[in-house]
Amino acid sequence: MQMRGIRKSYDGTQALKAVDFSAAAGEVHAIVGENGAGKSTLMKILAGAIQPDAGNFILDGQPIRPRSPHHAFELGIRTVYQEFSLVSHLNVTENILLGQMPTGRLKWWVDWPRAHQRAQEIFQYLDFAGIDVRSATASLSVSHQQMVEIAKAVARQPRILILDEPSAALSREELKRLFALIQRLKRESTLILYISHRLDEVFEIADRITVLKDGETVGTVLPAETTENQLIKMMVGRPLEAIYPPRKTRPGQTLLEVDRLSQADAFADVSFSVARGEILGFFGLVGSGRSAVARCIFAAERPTSGSIQMEGRLITPRSPHDAVKAGIALLTEDRKRDGLVMSCSISDNACLATLDSISRWKFVNRGQQENAVEAKVRELSIRPARLNKRVRELSGGNQQKVVLAKWLLARAKLLILDEPTRGVDVATKVEIYHLIGKLADGGAAIILISSELPEILGMSNRMLVMRAGHVVGEFTQEQAGEEICWPVQPASILINSPRSAPAARTG
Amino acid sequence: MQNLLAKALGRRQDSKWNVHLADYGFIAAFFVLLLIATTMTDVFFTQRNLSNLFRQIVTNGLLSFGQLIVVLSGGIDLSIGPIVALTGIMAAGLQAYMWFPFAIIVALLVGMTVGAVNGFLIARFKLQPFIVTLATMGAIRGIVYVYSETPKVPVDPAFRALLGGGFIGPLPVPALILIGFFPLVWIFLKRTTPGRSIVAIGGNEETVRLAGINVKAHIMLAYVCSGFFAGIAGVLLASRLGIAQPSVGVGYELDAIAAVVIGGGILGGGGGGAVGTMGGVLALGLIDNLLNLFNVQSYYQQIFKGLLILFAVLARRKEK
Repeated sequence: MQMRGIRKSYDGTQALKAVDFSAAAGEVHAIVGENGAGKSTLMKILAGAIQPDAGNFILDGQPIRPRSPHHAFELGIRTVYQEFSLVSHLNVTENILLGQMPTGRLKWWVDWPRAHQRAQEIFQYLDFAGIDVRSATASLSVSHQQMVEIAKAVARQPRILILDEPSAALSREELKRLFALIQRLKRESTLILYISHRLDEVFEIADRITVLKDGETVGTVLPAETTENQLIKMMVGRPLEAIYPPRKTRPGQTLLEVDRLSQADAFADVSFSVARGEILGFFGLVGSGRSAVARCIFAAERPTSGSIQMEGRLITPRSPHDAVKAGIALLTEDRKRDGLVMSCSISDNACLATLDSISRWKFVNRGQQENAVEAKVRELSIRPARLNKRVRELSGGNQQKVVLAKWLLARAKLLILDEPTRGVDVATKVEIYHLIGKLADGGAAIILISSELPEILGMSNRMLVMRAGHVVGEFTQEQAGEEICWPVQPASILINSPRSAPAARTG
Repeated sequence: MQNLLAKALGRRQDSKWNVHLADYGFIAAFFVLLLIATTMTDVFFTQRNLSNLFRQIVTNGLLSFGQLIVVLSGGIDLSIGPIVALTGIMAAGLQAYMWFPFAIIVALLVGMTVGAVNGFLIARFKLQPFIVTLATMGAIRGIVYVYSETPKVPVDPAFRALLGGGFIGPLPVPALILIGFFPLVWIFLKRTTPGRSIVAIGGNEETVRLAGINVKAHIMLAYVCSGFFAGIAGVLLASRLGIAQPSVGVGYELDAIAAVVIGGGILGGGGGGAVGTMGGVLALGLIDNLLNLFNVQSYYQQIFKGLLILFAVLARRKEK
């Protein structure tokens, strides 16, 4: 399989500039790169979900162009996307066999016993035990859902299998089984494209590694001849120090103190504190409970027990409204769903948390609103700098800046940032890092939640590691630098868990 | 309380059978209603009252089947009330030109055509089902009034006797038709590929599209089914009344939606089934019938129905 000169642009921004790469059957080809490097766009083009603007795609010597997901499917291309694409109220069997349920003599008649049997056989073949094929998909844990997703792709004899961050929700044990499965598929001469930002995994499983940066291929390397540091340099394109801001101030007085906070199925006995001017990193897998902790502090969800102290006083915010008043801000993990009103303007979004302060007797003072937002738009260099531009039309990075502007206007004392750089291009990412650094230097307490280890290590004064709803480790920046050989080991601290992620919400 | 119940019953809410705890409550409530009906009045279990009850249920039952299929696909169909009137008028009016079975067939085809138009607009142009069917609801009601200005011809006596007034054993023919369709709908939704596709579309349309299933065709099919059931309901109603009234069927779509929701349906897709819907239809019909027997004014009946819907939705609310 070969791809030549693939280009794609969205609304003026070039997501892919000139991507060339080739891969052979029976190969595990890893594709690495920072968020926004164009990995996902490239995979979507392969899977037929989007069409490239230019470029050739050759499969088995034949030039092809997947016109639609259905077409790609018929070419034998299967994708396991990062976001689950399961129909949650259907059972496991039906999700795996969707679109090709076994039928009886009449072709519209579903043969349920045979369907369940087929699904069970598939799980046996994959060596994925412990999933009842008759249970509703919604009742499964995150890691089991991921396995169903993989089973769904493999059930249909793929020729090219695309795995997009498959390990984000898997435990160590499950990951081992996935790797065994990949080896088996390899022997059956399937091409596996493995996308991951966990370099330890990539080195373990890949035959070749292609690095993408800013929509271009930097090069293809063999894992045996490359070190992790070389690879990182290729991905990032500059030394690491320049990415993360140098910190000017030391943490001051303690601002927030959380004591034995628990929520029924999500997490238990989480205690920590954050000081003014401190960045506390929260590292954990999807489903480890990190986002649930954040949502509980912000009162978007109710904890079942535990206490929260702000500036030495016990607070019990009953709703996000109370939390905002107490000076807490939450930048949510999914900005499109929870962070922004996509159909409203930059100006309206930025003022959403501060409507009271810019209005009198409930009438919004437009002039005051525009002045306030304009200052932030300039400070954060949001582009385009047009206040009435709809947020939907902005790039991911600029959207995230609008969310930040909202909380800066609210003058929050405590900022909880849940994956603030997800889906943001590299340049904006650096801007956001420096902004976070500036906020902390200005005396704000910051909780930075991320599943990207370099980000946590580069930004935080202290870091907590969460696994299966518990805090399993705490490091200072110095300790992390000395004891943990970045970036391999912290990931293994996390994953070496006999337990799988809890069956709770994501994040 | 739900947790306690769950422990007591020793099974989780999302067990293999997908039985929601609220369902036990509804079954219990249903039997309590029946008990009240038998002990408090002696006319409930008379053949006359029961066949009355069945007749009342038939229209809403058929409409609810169609509505259920549409709701499962993630849509809603507001146009079924006018379709009832349109098909009724056609089945009666066309008898001036043809033998009544042909008139019935034409009427049903017209009902399905309206459904196909709804489905086409929704699937092809990605319009919101609520808006599309709101528009066709108004348009078709207008067509009904225009059409009904043509002179009326008395219907074939056989049409009345066979469908609306006929009995097989102790059961009125319309009730038998409803009872006959019930397992068909259940099988369609549980055991056939088009049925399963429709249910899946209501949960995650994109996934279904990526699985290589023709989503547009299945959305259209759902609305055609709804038009078909509305057509049958219209024909049966015209047959029972003997004349076709253009004003018939006003508000019927809301009763159908209510029955689907009481039976566990979720607007927007992701829940609901034939058994639950039938339960919803029976519950609504039974309450109407009982309140009639106790001579409660119809305004109070509406209040009761409104409360029932609220309680049903509250009981099924997912605990966060």
